[in-house]
Amino acid sequence: MPTILIVAEQQPDGNLRKATLNAISAGRTLAEKAGGELHLVLLSKDPSKVTEELKGLGAKAVHTAAAPEFEHYLAEVFAPVIAGLAQELKADYVGQASTAMGKDLMPRVAARLKAAMATDVMGFNGSGADVTFTRPMWAGNVFAEVKLTTPVKVFSVRATEFPAAQGGQAAAEVKTFSPKLEPSKTKFVDFKEVKSARPELTEARVVVSGGRGTKGDFKEIEALADELGAAVGASRAVCDAGWVPNDLQVGQTGKVVAPQLYIAAGISGAIQHLAGMKSSKTIVAINKDPEAPIFQVADYGLVADLFKVLPELRQALQKLK
Amino acid sequence: MDAVKILVTAKRVEDPESKIKVKPDGSGIVQEGLKYKMNPFDEIGVEEGLRLVAKHTGEVVVVSIGGKEVQEQLRQALAMGAQRAVWVNHTGPLDQLGIAGLLQKVVEKEKPDIVVLGKQSIDDDQNQVGQYLAEFLGWSQATFASKVESLESEQEKNKVPALAVSADGKSVRVVREVDNGLATLECALPAVVTTDLRLNLPRYTSLPGIMKAKSKPIEELTPQKLGVDVTPKIQVLKMSSPPPRKAGIKVADVAALVDKLHNEAKVV
Repeated sequence: MPTILIVAEQQPDGNLRKATLNAISAGRTLAEKAGGELHLVLLSKDPSKVTEELKGLGAKAVHTAAAPEFEHYLAEVFAPVIAGLAQELKADYVGQASTAMGKDLMPRVAARLKAAMATDVMGFNGSGADVTFTRPMWAGNVFAEVKLTTPVKVFSVRATEFPAAQGGQAAAEVKTFSPKLEPSKTKFVDFKEVKSARPELTEARVVVSGGRGTKGDFKEIEALADELGAAVGASRAVCDAGWVPNDLQVGQTGKVVAPQLYIAAGISGAIQHLAGMKSSKTIVAINKDPEAPIFQVADYGLVADLFKVLPELRQALQKLK
Repeated sequence: MDAVKILVTAKRVEDPESKIKVKPDGSGIVQEGLKYKMNPFDEIGVEEGLRLVAKHTGEVVVVSIGGKEVQEQLRQALAMGAQRAVWVNHTGPLDQLGIAGLLQKVVEKEKPDIVVLGKQSIDDDQNQVGQYLAEFLGWSQATFASKVESLESEQEKNKVPALAVSADGKSVRVVREVDNGLATLECALPAVVTTDLRLNLPRYTSLPGIMKAKSKPIEELTPQKLGVDVTPKIQVLKMSSPPPRKAGIKVADVAALVDKLHNEAKVV
């Protein structure tokens, strides 16, 4: 019976990264298609809290290892441990959410397992040993059906394409293990967190994004976001300019979001930006240029100056309440 | 510190501004009318290599894998200022395992201090090769290299390298773009670094640079010469176009927009 191993990710604040829930749900889908069983693994300085949460998510077992070296994630420390567990479990598939950690770690694990890998998997096709993966190419302009022919197959999951796994399932067996750690040639120096009171970009129900049209003034974008309880996003141009932090960037090279409502203000809609938000349920575009490509994907477009329109929009929304 | 040797990659990809269309039979993309250029993340890698060498002295060697046409990308890197090029001549299909396998052999031959690759190529969007290569070599890795300053900063105008090689030449400090912030790593050399978009602004090629590039050497290698089996382990069975979005409408004013969002889309 095929074994699927999904890597859980703990945030610097000690909580489970939400995208792990989407990856677990992808792992469950794969387990059904391949006729296999789902295992989870967590490496942490202190796994206790996250393990409790992972137990009820429908896996057969949750494997945890605790060590001070796991406090700050490093590919060279984590990859041998994950690959070692995969070999011990005779795992056929190893996967993780396509977070910064997933993208950094999974290829290194794959290299160790002499496995081929599919990045940003959006779905699984076929059944049994013939399962194939759907993944985007060319900034989401092409969907490819991909077959991996190595005995072990590694993948990362595009979180927005899978629902978050729900708790309350039969409790998984928790198995602790104590891996021998290899010395790392890389040292963690520091982490500068961008703190925000707003919801996390990739998890928000509503996202308000600003582009070049804001000329670097995000006050109205932020005010509208706060009115809607939304996350703030940005186009590549404004991140490059240093107007807003890099981790707000939505696009092929930034974050992929799929909220219920995406409001793009002063964003022209370059291919690379569309790749990160095209799957949003409802898209609103506000732009002065009626020819801006963003209007081709927008459900509702308003040709207007964002500085005039955003305050009006905010007031109109207030009245709705 | 002494001179540094930097190996950089220059993959040939479709111009990111091109309209990519899938062939009706799903066997690939329509090639007609496409323009090609160096992968934007690789351009950033070449630029960073040149800045490191300008600061420490040394050599930038550029490598590309593909048919004769990739010499165009190698010449571009040479015109930017790289000293010499390695061309792995291979025209068949190739996956990330194959690419990393070939690069491993080139690295073992060239013995660079740092290999700088783009974090992903904008055609496959896999984001894998640098990490595979680091593991194959048993080297330190720092992916998604970025920096603290913006691309409009003084440092950027003065072409200061974002990668900081230590005074003793034994390690490199890399700021990485990760979820919710920036992480800094200290990697023992030799190391593999992959670039994010905000690492630097690549320079343009100048006419004298282009003229000089014509006489710079390009060494030709093949998978056979390097002894690497590049049979793909990743097979693309079929390509398709993403489902199109239903055409939207333009609304006249804010009142009409709020009405649509509230009563039709029911999202506010």
